[in-house]
Amino acid sequence: MQQLRLLKKQQSIWRNKSGRNCAWVFFLLPSLFGVTVFVLLPFLDVVRRSFLTAVTQEWSDIRNYQIVFANQAFRLAIQNTLRFTAVCLPLLIGISLFLSIQLSRLREIQLIKSMFLFPLAMPAATVVLIWKMLFARQGFLNGWLTGMGWLEEGQMIDYMGTKAAFWVLVFSYLWKNMGYTIVLWLAGIFSVSTDITEAARVDGASERQCFWRVIFPNLKGTLYTITVLSFLNSFKVFREAYLVAGSYPHESMYLLQHLFNNWFVNLELDKMAAAAVCVGLVLFATILLLQRLWDSEER
Amino acid sequence: MSKAAIKAALLLLGAVCCAPLVYLLSGSLLSRYELRESLSSLMNNGEELISWHLIPKYPTFEHYARILFQTPQFFVVFWNSMKLVVCILAGQLLIAVPAAWAFAVYPFRLRKVLFTLYIVLMLMPFQVTMLSSYLVLDNLSLIDTHQAIILPAVFSTFPVFLVYRGFCNLPKGLIEAARIDGASEWMIFVKIGLPLSSGGILSAGVLGFLEYWNLIEQPLAFLETQSLWPLSLYLPEISLEQAGYSFVASVITLIPAVFVFLLGREYLEQGIVASAMKE
Repeated sequence: MQQLRLLKKQQSIWRNKSGRNCAWVFFLLPSLFGVTVFVLLPFLDVVRRSFLTAVTQEWSDIRNYQIVFANQAFRLAIQNTLRFTAVCLPLLIGISLFLSIQLSRLREIQLIKSMFLFPLAMPAATVVLIWKMLFARQGFLNGWLTGMGWLEEGQMIDYMGTKAAFWVLVFSYLWKNMGYTIVLWLAGIFSVSTDITEAARVDGASERQCFWRVIFPNLKGTLYTITVLSFLNSFKVFREAYLVAGSYPHESMYLLQHLFNNWFVNLELDKMAAAAVCVGLVLFATILLLQRLWDSEER
Repeated sequence: MSKAAIKAALLLLGAVCCAPLVYLLSGSLLSRYELRESLSSLMNNGEELISWHLIPKYPTFEHYARILFQTPQFFVVFWNSMKLVVCILAGQLLIAVPAAWAFAVYPFRLRKVLFTLYIVLMLMPFQVTMLSSYLVLDNLSLIDTHQAIILPAVFSTFPVFLVYRGFCNLPKGLIEAARIDGASEWMIFVKIGLPLSSGGILSAGVLGFLEYWNLIEQPLAFLETQSLWPLSLYLPEISLEQAGYSFVASVITLIPAVFVFLLGREYLEQGIVASAMKE
């Protein structure tokens, strides 16, 4: 009897071992199938199309790429997108780090954190009206500025129709993503063991030294992920930009996203294919590069 | 600076972040006349600055009443949004959660390659995959149907990654012990994996809800018929002349999002932190 039970157990373990070897297939297959059908195969098709002419489907070598790179709108969009990233990322990362440091010293910060996170819950469509009231020529911002005497009466700026539009976009981005980034920084700061910081304080390190010499070196991983995520979230600023200013906004905020959208509407699929391949490759390379940098830093 | 002063300053800044909500609420309670008075210069492109009463002189629910009883199209659009979000999240639960389990528990040979692929796909913005999505949806003749939004989103790899983090935190011994006791792989997933990692799944759900409630790029590209549009596309179409209607519609749009935000605040933060972890 005892032996029989043991034998059964043995059998069931054996059965599970062999079952385990291919069990992952059943769990993963639906997802893998969907990803292959909806993303991978069509993307290969896009790569193929980027070398073909749009209408006749003839082999056109790298002509599509040449056309895209010579395209005025593409250049403008690339330039603006790069400028936007170069301005926004340091601003967002810097300000949020500063705020997080202040927050990390306080107690009961749940409420403040939630307040900063709240914009994440506000759909872009619901702020459109507010943005219009804020940034119109007759809007609140001009009202406050004249009220404080920084702007002369009758010199009202139309923020959406001038170069200031770019800064409206920067503001939207910061407003939306500040909470997200603060949560990430705080998680990083709190994960540094208090033993180390206590020890540093006992050894006479000032608050500032304690942060830059002890905590900050431990935050490099956080910095990497924040950079990647903020960069990718910067693409979503298109939502506010599009809803407030439409398909053709002031040229200072004409982004790659606008361009893709307009090409799509005009069915310029060959250009889109070439541009999608380029942008995909550049993003892929950037992510790899950042990761490399971080890994070499760690070693 | 003292800690109290810092705290007050941060609270003030946080309040600025939430200010749009206050304006929306006050706008939704203003009467038609008061709104016209406030915004007339904006509508006629006049010279004077717009004025605003944060506390309405004569608060009224007239716009709420109108939207609830006299505007059937608003309900159509509202339920479009709901349908999209619920279908996407349900689909992700069925597809992404098992996939995350496969990555977290089984050390199969292609694991590393496939997982890296999933992360790369998760990081690609919509614009890069827009054309490929269009090609496949066009082939399946799904353009201008809700499936065109739902299907690609169901196979998004972002929730796989989030839920994967939760599964990784399960003690390996627990799964081994269940196996030795003769539980099938499916039973382990349903009885151990799902209940013990519900936090990770909820995080993906909360982040997903906020993301898909705010969906703009996909419906803009793939839906032409206005009666299929979600709220996020419909709201900006309302003209400034109907500002009252627009304010109330915005407030109603906000309600589900705020509800999910307040209930799932903790999971939201967990989800954000999990999304930032490196493999």
